[in-house]
Formats: sequence, C-alpha cells, structure tokens
Amino acid sequence: MKTLRRAGWYLTSTFITIVFLFPVYWMFAVSLKTPQEIFKFPPAWYPADPQLQNFLVLFRDGDVWSVWNSLVIASTSTLIAMVFGTLCAYSIVRFRTGGENLAVWILSQRMLPPIAVVFPIFLLYAKVGWADTYHGLILLYTAFALPYVIWMMRGYLQEIPIELEESALVDGCSRWQVLRHVVIPVARSGLFATAVFAFIFSWNEFLFALVLTRTQVLTYPVQISQYFGAQSTFWAKISAMSVLGTLPVFFAVAAFQRYLVRGISLGAVKG
Amino acid sequence: MMATRAAAVTTAAPMSRAAGAAGTGGFKYLLIAPAVFVLLAFGLFPFLYAVVVSFQKLSLLDQYTDFQGLLNYARLFRDQRLWNAVLHTLAITAAALPLQLVLGLLLAHHFLDERPLKRVFVALLIIPSVISPMVAGSMWRLMFDDRYGPINQMIGWVLGEHVSILWTIQAAWAYPAIIICDVWEWTPFMFIILLAALANVDREQVDAAAIDGANAWQTFRYVSLPAIWPVMMIALLIRGLDLIRLFDIVWQLTRGGPGSATETISIYMFVRGFQEFETSYTGAMVVVLLLLFTATLVAALRRMEIAR
Repeated sequence: MKTLRRAGWYLTSTFITIVFLFPVYWMFAVSLKTPQEIFKFPPAWYPADPQLQNFLVLFRDGDVWSVWNSLVIASTSTLIAMVFGTLCAYSIVRFRTGGENLAVWILSQRMLPPIAVVFPIFLLYAKVGWADTYHGLILLYTAFALPYVIWMMRGYLQEIPIELEESALVDGCSRWQVLRHVVIPVARSGLFATAVFAFIFSWNEFLFALVLTRTQVLTYPVQISQYFGAQSTFWAKISAMSVLGTLPVFFAVAAFQRYLVRGISLGAVKG
Repeated sequence: MMATRAAAVTTAAPMSRAAGAAGTGGFKYLLIAPAVFVLLAFGLFPFLYAVVVSFQKLSLLDQYTDFQGLLNYARLFRDQRLWNAVLHTLAITAAALPLQLVLGLLLAHHFLDERPLKRVFVALLIIPSVISPMVAGSMWRLMFDDRYGPINQMIGWVLGEHVSILWTIQAAWAYPAIIICDVWEWTPFMFIILLAALANVDREQVDAAAIDGANAWQTFRYVSLPAIWPVMMIALLIRGLDLIRLFDIVWQLTRGGPGSATETISIYMFVRGFQEFETSYTGAMVVVLLLLFTATLVAALRRMEIAR
C-alpha cells in the first residue's frame, strides 16, 4: 500500500512536470527543426534531424546584436543599481534614514505600472535625444532595478550582527572602512543573489525597451516581438532567439536556486 | 548564548542612536543621495511632467500648450474603449489570480513532504516563472497556432476528430488563451512561495490537530492557512498588481485584438500614446493610474508585515 502511494506520488509529479515543461520543450524543439519541419501538418513532435541552422541564421543576419544589447544594458544598469542601492539600504538599516516612509515609498516604486512610468520618460527622452541610446536605457533600467536592490539588500543587511561593525569602529576604522571591509564581505552572498535577480528582471523586461528603442539598441525581447508580422511569422527565428534569451536565465537561476524564493517574494519568505 | 544575544540587543539601540547624532548626520544622507536622486529623477519628475502635459492639448493634430483645465480628465469618463479595457483587465485578473492561487496551493501541498527527487521536480517546475513574459507569450503563440501548433492536435486526439480552433484570432478563444498562458507562467511563482511558507508551519501544531481528530481540510483551514496568511497576501498583492498592468503576454498573443477585444489598460494606453499620439490624453490616464497605484500600494504595504 505504501509503495503504491509512493509510486502514485512520483507518477503525479512527473505528469505535472511534463505539463508545465512542455511549452519550453516545444520552443527548443522548434528551434532545432528544419524550416520544412516547422511547417509540417500535423506537427512533428520532435526534430527528426536536429540542426543549428536557425541559430546560424541569427548570427548571419546580425539579429544576435540584440542579445549583446540586452547584455550591455542589463549588466551595466545592474552594476550601478547595486552600488547606489546597497549604500542606500545600508543607510536605511543602520541609521533608520527616512524611517518607514522612505522604505515603503521605495518599495511602492517597484510596483508601478511600467506603461505609466515610461510614457512621460519617452516624451522627455524625445526632447533631449536620449531615445534609442545606450545611456538612456541604462539609466531607466537603473531606476527600474534600484527599488528591488534597496529592498533586498535591506533584508540581507538587517541580518548582519551589529557587534561586528561596532568592534571595527572601536578599532579605529572610519565609517567607509567599516562598510568596505566588514559589511560588504559579510553580505557577499546576498549581494550576488540580489545582483543576479536584478539582472534577470532587466534582461526579461520588454515594455520600456519597446517604447525607447528603434534600431540602435534593440534588446532581445523587442527583437522577438518584431518577428510577428502581418504577412508572415518567422517561427524559426522566434524559437531560436527565445532559446538564446532563456538559456542565461536558466543557468543563473540554477546557480542561485537557494536564494530564489526570497528573491521573487521580495524577501517575504526568508528561504 | 542567551547572554550574548541579550547584549547584542541592548547595544544595538544606543549605537544607532549615537550614530544618528554624533558626526554621521551627513554620512547617512550621503549614502542615500545617489539612489534617491535617480528614483526622483525617474519617478517623481516624469510624473510631474505628465501632470503638465495632461492639462495641455497635444495630439497628432493639435499642439496647444495653453492650460486646458480638466478637458482630458473629463474625456476619461466618456471613453467607452477605456472602460472596456478596464473590464478586460479585471476579467483576466478575476480568472487568472484565483486559478494561480489554488493551483499553487495544491502543488505546494503535493510537494510538501521530503522525498528523494523532490528538489529536482521543484527546480524544474520553477522554470516558467523565470522566463521572460515576452518569451512565454511567443512560446504559447506557437503552441496555440491552429495548424502547426500542438494544442489543437492534442484536443483532436481527445475528441477523436480534427479541430482547428483559432485561439489567438477569435475573441471567444483569445481570453482562455491569455489566461492559460498567464496561469502557466505564474502558478510556479505562487507554488514555490507557498511551498516555502507551508514548510515553515510548525509541524507539531499540524500533528496535534490530526491527533485531535481534525481532517486534512480542517487542519489546513485552522492551522496552516492562518500561519501562511501574511506571505499569501504578499504573493497575491504582487501577482494582482502584475495582472492589472498586464502587457507582454497579451501583446505577444493577440496585440489586443481582434479589434480591441482583448485590450488591457496597458495596451490601450500604449495604443493611444505611441500609435495614435494622443499625448495629452495619455498623460491624463498616466496621472490617474499612477495616483491610484501609489495610493493602493502605500495603504497595502503599510498594513503588511513586509514593511517591518
């Protein structure tokens, strides 16, 4: 009876996992199919002759530049947001700067509707010529990542025992030295986890990029959206580009699995 | 052990008070200055700019920058397409949010006990929630294709006859398509948050309830649910707000079509602002939306444990 129940659990679990992962499988499968196979009816359930042609086309046509743009924009903005955000979080935690009001205001910035944020910014950017530029997007994504970084780092910094800093102060360290040589090293794993998830959120973002890019700094989600046309839909490119955009996320999440629940629940669950 | 912890507590308060007073007054503001500057520059300043624009009359045809009073705001009430968009958004939220919650709870319950390979299943199930919504929408567009997509084929197997449902083209089918895609992507989000919360519930209380003769539902209702309530509320808040501002997957699946049948608030504003260049009118919508969101958020966040 017990073995039967255990077998039932594994069977159900496997079934659930297959259901949830099938669309992901389909994306990978389509990306490896030949053009003829993609438009076969009834559909082919697996690529009979897996090949990387669809990916090579992305390189040949220069579409992979969008992945490069995404990488530059997401990583630069994450870096700036990490520096500014960690400093701000430290001040909020240690000196109660701004009290609860500042903390709540910062978190509320995270949840505003992107369309309402980006519309006035688009008007301003159009005036100063920042639309479709790296620095324009990087600054916006910095502002987008900041509330998240501040909020998460606030949680991680709260866990650092205050005696550590006190003894360093007693030993004659300046406040900056305490921050650099005590706080940052102790908070390192939290810093990495926060940076990784902040990067993923920027990497996956679509609406800001859709509004603010034309040709120069197209990010990969915008590139994908352009493959859906009125006349024809480029299935091979859609699937191959989706795979390219998804693989880095898989690796990052796999490496930082332990911090995932905390990262996506905004610290509500300390995993 | 107890003594050191007590010492830490007693020293913590004086230090932060002393830190605030003696010589660090400038330091603490220096630390928050860059972040607050960026947030104000990209949060408050554009908002004020939108307020200014919303009192003007800028569109593709008009370029009046004189004060127009509440002209654009009055138009909001007469705009049937806007109210339809609000209705569409609420309908999608009302269907998708409870589904994600219930499925997430069921999954969390299923995966609660420790078993070999449990971690592998959980790790795999997280995948939909970390993929870009943009990619998720594209994926499901391929899945839902009436001819080359696998969904209609599978339905055909079950029904035993050929079906060609136009999922993303017919209004009646577009809603299920959008809801399926959103539920698929975000059920894992609910699942892992609720799983972590359920795992933190005191096992002894659960066992005690069982000994007292409570059945599984009663144990959940009176022991587990109150314990996971705060976390569940935060998960619902995050997902609820995400659904109200839904854009990416609808854009990818239907572009708001057919016609404007699946237009959400965000898509409608995008169309008005960036395709029809109704600058001032979109500005008014932006102002109202931001005010509503900020008021809701500040009220909700203050009541939740997350702000402590």
